[in-house]
Amino acid sequence: MDAQAQARQVTMRFGSFTAVDAANLAVGSGEVVGLLGANGAGKTTLIRLLLGLLRPSSGTVRLFGESPSAATRRRVGYVPQTLGLYRDLTVAENWSFTAAAFGSAPAAPPEDIEAWRDALVGDLPLGIARRVAFAVALSHRPELLVLDEPTSGVGPLGAARLWEQIRGAADAGAGVLVTTHGMEEAQECDRLLVMADGRVVASGTTAGIVAGRTVAEVRCEDWSRAFAVLDAAGLPAQVHGQGVLRVPGPAAAVRDVLVAAGLAATISEVPANLEETFVSIVGRAA
Amino acid sequence: MWGLEGVTVTFGRTTALDSVTMPVEPSRIAVVVGGDGAGKSTCLRTLVGLLEPGAGTVRRPVKERTGYVPATAGLYADLTVRENLDFYADAYRLPSAERGAREAEILERTGLAGLRDRLGGHLSGGMQRKLAVGLALLHSPRMLVLDEPTTGVDPVSRSELWRLIAGAAARGTAVAVATAYVNEAARASSVVLLEAGRVLASGSPDAILRGVPGAIGSARGKARPAARSWRRGADWRVWAPDGELPEGVTATEPDFEDAVVVAALAGEEN
Repeated sequence: MDAQAQARQVTMRFGSFTAVDAANLAVGSGEVVGLLGANGAGKTTLIRLLLGLLRPSSGTVRLFGESPSAATRRRVGYVPQTLGLYRDLTVAENWSFTAAAFGSAPAAPPEDIEAWRDALVGDLPLGIARRVAFAVALSHRPELLVLDEPTSGVGPLGAARLWEQIRGAADAGAGVLVTTHGMEEAQECDRLLVMADGRVVASGTTAGIVAGRTVAEVRCEDWSRAFAVLDAAGLPAQVHGQGVLRVPGPAAAVRDVLVAAGLAATISEVPANLEETFVSIVGRAA
Repeated sequence: MWGLEGVTVTFGRTTALDSVTMPVEPSRIAVVVGGDGAGKSTCLRTLVGLLEPGAGTVRRPVKERTGYVPATAGLYADLTVRENLDFYADAYRLPSAERGAREAEILERTGLAGLRDRLGGHLSGGMQRKLAVGLALLHSPRMLVLDEPTTGVDPVSRSELWRLIAGAAARGTAVAVATAYVNEAARASSVVLLEAGRVLASGSPDAILRGVPGAIGSARGKARPAARSWRRGADWRVWAPDGELPEGVTATEPDFEDAVVVAALAGEEN
């Protein structure tokens, strides 16, 4: 079966600059795929290629098994970080405007945003505005959803409710592509793609990407001095709660530095989290 | 030593902060977590003295010993990195004998030494935030207050920013940081979880995790398994305040993100 969206060996050059370099990506029906990368890593260019807003220098892009076109565009729902709503229109006006633009039947707005139907979008709290943007993007029953940091800034419960909607769309068969800098969002995805310098440098489930990677966890009464001593030795420690440091690399190197400084500490190798893994992968690729 | 104690702030009829307590102590990192409109900025603005509380106590060092970076800004886009440092050094009345060494140290710690002649506005988003934090550290403040320093910043820059923040705490500075990213709270000595101006939970990340009442479970499938449930990836999480998980739901150890959602659910029910 064809994926909802697929890029095969896609390269995009702007003059002498290669924004996307032989990237492969597939988003299947019912799947939530996360796209991670530093700014300038090529995420936005890759999405523009998938949506057919750019033509690749080489490689192929397929949307629903065909070349991207105006017809395939109508089957995609896109929520940018800026939400893409008209702030000077009410919720109901945004709703019917989008329905008209997509030529879909003007149904009533869904129940969970009905309470705000006469409010101007510009007056809504961010969490509600995100729900409206999401409902509007879903109104024409897209088969592919592209979401840019869909839950950023909305609070834990608001984020949980948005994820319920996103998962609901995936459960109903849509493919979902999420771009994000947030590790909470990344961990909600079924699969992740990590980009650096235009290339896909890691892909798989969160568990698969972090598998086998460790950091040294240091518990030390005098954590301030431990931090300074490790810093001087070129070991970039991070604080992880009171009196706890986490340092990339093997525990032995960390132990040597702390022992040489006469610091008493408990040191153990613990599994790296996604952020630590990301920094290590992207740092090495750069 | 410093911080907020039972602080209430009202704007007209709106209660922006409702009896918020947040200790901010030397060599420690206090993190205030919440979504847009939770009251994080109000909390920090009250801490640095930009807002007067209607009730409660605020303790802080003198203004000259405070470094504060608001959510948007904290540097001059039309000045170069070096000019920004010079301007802040003037504003803080840094003695000329100390200036060179302080500026050099901040350039080194922010990794901006090679970019000293670049305009602030021409730096990447992550570098701008690092410069803003560096400028707030220029006068060696006793309290550093940062409003969402890592929002919208990529994970590599975020990790560099946190090294800068941890380095300040390691040198004895009291640090208060606001964030919308729940996982950043794991870096804190103490956390205040805010929603609509109210404290949903506070304490060390471990204490908040241990304080989850009842039981947490997980379940698969498309249908919502219980009223108190939310999605975690393709699965569901279920919270049973009485410890009695419904049938078909497997007991799981909660993580910090579960603890935060539970606190928010409990807050909504009260």
